[in-house]
Amino acid sequence: MKDEAGTLVILAGYFALMSLFAIGGANSAIPEMHRLVVEVRHWMTDRQFTDSFALAQLSPGPNVIIVTLIGYHVAGLVGAVVTTLAMCGPTCLFAYFVGRTFDRFRGAAWHAALAGGLVPVTLGLTAASATVVASAADYNWIGAAITLATAVICYWVRIHPLWVFGVAAVLGMIGAV
Amino acid sequence: MNDSSPSPSLTGQTVESPKQLSPRQPEPTLSALFIAFATISLSGFGGVLAWSRRMMVEERRWLTPEQFNEAYALCAFLPGPNIVNFSVIFGSRMRGPLGGLIALAGLLGPPMVLIIILGALYAYYGDLPALRRALVGVAAAAAGLLMATVAKMSRPLFRDRAVVAPLIAIATFVAIGIMQWPLALVLIVIVPVSIAYAWVQR
Repeated sequence: MKDEAGTLVILAGYFALMSLFAIGGANSAIPEMHRLVVEVRHWMTDRQFTDSFALAQLSPGPNVIIVTLIGYHVAGLVGAVVTTLAMCGPTCLFAYFVGRTFDRFRGAAWHAALAGGLVPVTLGLTAASATVVASAADYNWIGAAITLATAVICYWVRIHPLWVFGVAAVLGMIGAV
Repeated sequence: MNDSSPSPSLTGQTVESPKQLSPRQPEPTLSALFIAFATISLSGFGGVLAWSRRMMVEERRWLTPEQFNEAYALCAFLPGPNIVNFSVIFGSRMRGPLGGLIALAGLLGPPMVLIIILGALYAYYGDLPALRRALVGVAAAAAGLLMATVAKMSRPLFRDRAVVAPLIAIATFVAIGIMQWPLALVLIVIVPVSIAYAWVQR
């Protein structure tokens, strides 16, 4: 039991620390998670880690949800909750206070400059990550065609994107992609 | 479900006054917050940004396109997952600390339950080749949806400002997405330039 508590403390401490450096989303912290869980602690095998990553991608929700699965694997349901809270708690508190402060200064000159300056950079970054995601996802011309068709349809046509995803899932399942 | 949402058009006509500062719909209740973020989360195959914007701007119209861009930009530069930060900031802006907590619970709770079930099933049944192949198709579509979302988010930028802000966005895209220069290096140069320009223009 003592050992289990120790495991939870290590999980919580490591993931809380890791989250503070995860700028640009949870996926930027994946290599560090792998190092801790597989190489340093031997809590999971390489295969188990890769499968967890695939499951987290397969499952809907923010990418950060992979830490729930890692925590579950290492220390059961309690581990799942502790790891997720550790990964999201400190950064959420930080976001809360920054958001409050930011809103309080709405109308100040620096507020407008900061917001106006960060928006175009963020859009460029998001566009860049879209191309990275696309090049990782498109194995062949059918994959590229799905990406292009989805982009065009979702921009111009009033249809719920899940319909498009359904068609893409079927194309994948029959092995076209 | 989305029949009432404004259709995004080439000219962006469905978007009302670009400088509008208050959201167009009344502030959501706590249960509406929870449902909205749970829906975003459970629709979010291959990333939740596209679904957040769809919910906030197109379906519920709690934020204008400009307000969404501003909130998202702030969250992108904070540590931690962007949309998790966004849920806290948006929820607390609408309904105080409790609102932030409820929005966060909506975003994280349902997918946590789902992935634990999936993980347990996976432990019993092992490899899921058909699901994995389906995922390859969905990943390709998710990349396309993200592209469409970036294009929609960029519309205000190209509409009501001159040349410099779009140029900054394009330069960032080329440096990171095409040249694949180191992120930190690019940001150290381009963020101060962009903020300085916004300061001069204010």
